[in-house]
Amino acid sequence: MTVKRPVYLNLFKIRLPTTGIVSFAHRVSGFLLFLAIPFSIYVLDLSVTSSQGYEQGLQLLQQPVIRIILLLLVWAIVHHMLAGIRYLLLDFDIAIDKAGSNMTAWTVIVAEVCIMAVYVWGVML
Amino acid sequence: MSSVYVLHGLKPWLIQRVSAVYIALFVIYSVFSLATAGDAGYLQWREWLLHPLNTIAVGLFTIALLLHAWVGMRDIILDYVHNTLIRMMAFTLVIVVLISSGIWSAKILLLSVVI
Repeated sequence: MTVKRPVYLNLFKIRLPTTGIVSFAHRVSGFLLFLAIPFSIYVLDLSVTSSQGYEQGLQLLQQPVIRIILLLLVWAIVHHMLAGIRYLLLDFDIAIDKAGSNMTAWTVIVAEVCIMAVYVWGVML
Repeated sequence: MSSVYVLHGLKPWLIQRVSAVYIALFVIYSVFSLATAGDAGYLQWREWLLHPLNTIAVGLFTIALLLHAWVGMRDIILDYVHNTLIRMMAFTLVIVVLISSGIWSAKILLLSVVI
């Protein structure tokens, strides 16, 4: 069969499967966490050198922009950890088939939504 | 041959998994410590960090995190950066950031004991 070129791909009709979304988000969250390393060490340094530095660090973390970034980073940790546990299970051949891996991907999404809800209600508000 | 060995094989795969397990356990322990800290302030925070077991745990966490971040960033760069020169520059940048972070946190952990 000959294909007429150029092939037109409607990107809105190609849907990434749930497993693909969880997998890509694992990569994005990992990249965000890499970017957060220098900032985290800076805050750690502030917090242990003096009590003034500790207060300064607390004030810094209360800034609205920083709070939004922290929310994003907490999501990144939660997602990266849950999706990472899913990968470890896959390494042990657990939920390796299509139905099983789809189910664990949904479990990751539901669990992270629950944890983020608890975090937003319990810690942020 | 040696450069090929650095980029492939079982070693980075194993480093990624072993460090992941330690990081996950440490994160759970930290969240637990935070949740049970109550109204703790500067002194309690220092006391926590300067407890030998916590100093060791944080030190091991830093090492595990830097190794884990290296393998992950290496995978991302290998997937998306195809030009050899830019790829080497990206590798170098990531390594410099990670090693600098390691030196900085080593300084914090070792010197905070003295102050």
